[in-house]
Amino acid sequence: MNLHEYQSKQLMSRYGLPLLKGRLCYTPGEAEAAYDSLGTPVVVVKAQVHAGGRGKAGGVKLAKSAEEARQVAEKILGMTLVTPQTGAQGKLVRKVYAEAGCNIGKEFYLSLLVDRARRCIAIIASTEGGMEIEKVAHDTPDKILKVFVDPRTGLQSFQSMQLLQKLGLELSKSTAFYELLSRLYLMFMENDLALIEINPLVLTKEGSFVILDAKCAVDDNALFRRPHLRELMDYDEQDPKDLRASKAGLSYVALDGNIGCMVNGAGLAMATMDIIKMFGGNPANFLDVGGGASKETVTEAFKILLSDDQVKGILVNIFGGIMKCDVIASGVVEAARELGVKVPLVVRLQGTNVDLGKKILAESGLKIIPADTMDDAARKVVNAVGA
Amino acid sequence: MSVLVNKDTKIITQGMTGKTGSFHTRACREYGSKMVAGVGPGKAGQNFEGIPLYNTVEDAKQATGATVSVIYVPPPFAADAIMEAVDADLDFVVCITEGIPVLDMLRVKSFMEGRRTRLLGPNCPGIITPGECKIGIMPGHIHKPGRVGVVSRSGTLTYEAVFQLTELGIGQSTCIGIGGDPLNGTNFIDCLSLFKDDPKTDAIVMIGEIGGSAEEEAADWIKAHLKKPVVGFIGGATAPPGRRMGHAGAIISGGSGTAEAKYEALQKAGVTISRSPAEIGKHLKELL
Repeated sequence: MNLHEYQSKQLMSRYGLPLLKGRLCYTPGEAEAAYDSLGTPVVVVKAQVHAGGRGKAGGVKLAKSAEEARQVAEKILGMTLVTPQTGAQGKLVRKVYAEAGCNIGKEFYLSLLVDRARRCIAIIASTEGGMEIEKVAHDTPDKILKVFVDPRTGLQSFQSMQLLQKLGLELSKSTAFYELLSRLYLMFMENDLALIEINPLVLTKEGSFVILDAKCAVDDNALFRRPHLRELMDYDEQDPKDLRASKAGLSYVALDGNIGCMVNGAGLAMATMDIIKMFGGNPANFLDVGGGASKETVTEAFKILLSDDQVKGILVNIFGGIMKCDVIASGVVEAARELGVKVPLVVRLQGTNVDLGKKILAESGLKIIPADTMDDAARKVVNAVGA
Repeated sequence: MSVLVNKDTKIITQGMTGKTGSFHTRACREYGSKMVAGVGPGKAGQNFEGIPLYNTVEDAKQATGATVSVIYVPPPFAADAIMEAVDADLDFVVCITEGIPVLDMLRVKSFMEGRRTRLLGPNCPGIITPGECKIGIMPGHIHKPGRVGVVSRSGTLTYEAVFQLTELGIGQSTCIGIGGDPLNGTNFIDCLSLFKDDPKTDAIVMIGEIGGSAEEEAADWIKAHLKKPVVGFIGGATAPPGRRMGHAGAIISGGSGTAEAKYEALQKAGVTISRSPAEIGKHLKELL
């Protein structure tokens, strides 16, 4: 789960991290009032959406007066921000964060994440602050600096020193830098974060560190024990179909084809997309109904598939393990009856209780095209759609 | 012979009285697995359909001589369950549970260092030596005893591959689902190595998927060490570039993790590639 910049900074302020004063604003009037309360000659007004690349897309603007703050907020609020991370449809801006200015001396990149291969927390830094970090990694990989923190021992001061030196920071900054890193590390561990990214981290002309832009992501699997973070979930930022899917415990990714897929297991779901393409068709989605789906989940999955106007045919591919084929079959039949499925429906069942499942489908009286193998199923659905 | 588990393997279920645990413990016992004990705090003295329950893994092991456990406990308690099994010095722990927080798994991996217990999973279907022992959630009836080893990151896709083999009359020595989590126990290379040394395994099916570099690492290992024929499939060749989990993650993967890169690595290692998920069995048959 991603946090907005302002939410990330709220969390950071609890850890005493160096931040500028800021106000969250929903209206231009609030931005105008924020300018006066922030008390710096320049105030930055930033769109709060879950996407990087906001600056280039026009979602970050400077204001040198209260009136200007109101004007830029007026422009940004309600705009559809299209960045390389939002996709072509863009994201509607519903709120802005007005933040005090500072005298930027140097800019750095800093992030923390779990390095699963090394089984530790990686701290990544670069002198190329404010840049697109993938581009830096690609063009000048030697400018990406890393230290790896063993979760058993935590951050050591020599690791902070290593980064300090490689970033070309003066020795006089070592205490402040270690303090910054150790507070970030603590925040990462205590909140089950998956990512903290600060870009840029600023060293002001006055010589202090300031976190200028920040974003955090929380490990979804740990939200059960982080209710204070779960509350921060911004439902406006999610695709309605995604949201519906995640509420029903389904894993769904919209694609641009016309064959809706409902599969159990991520691997089989991907393989089902692969084989549809091999037969010349185009999958409309990735949908994994998961291991313990109930009849209700299957019905909900069907509703999501059918809410996509692009869908001209549906392929259900279930290999029963935890999931029992008869449960799926009942769900399919119920959903097809309730929703009146008008597009061709191909169902392939295998595994636990397969015979019972096939019997339920056959006796339903519904026009369901049965298939025995993946090949057979893919061929039938592609033919039926006439792609 | 087979790898890791056989007809004599005695198994403890952790989380046996839950819905999933009870369903699959029953199914595994019906398959012929020796499900000798269950663990549930405060449940000592009770039994589940004749299988005795104990308060701790330690107690269950002492009372029954079990060497393996399988874990179905919910995600908030799964890391603790793994560590309990490791602490009881079992040979092998299979964790089916999906959705364990990553920081919990970091703790588990640290805890396991220097101990001898092997972990399979988490978020995996388990392991089966057809006709002898099934530990996990796979449908037993699609398997057939034989001489092909199967190792996979996926659950249901493994069933698909096994089903194809069985339909073609090709049996399996052992099928191992290593699970879909990036932070897991037993990996591809561990399994390939076990199959290499198993005189009753003649050929191997390896099923990977996009993301990470486990398949590339396995390919390097195959090239250097493995003479037995291998068929490889990678799920997700048509998946769009993944949903971004943040910039920094992309740095670490360095743009790797595509199906194409994995296919290429496997091909270079002499692995027979099956680009269709429906032809994995067919390709293997051609190699025998």
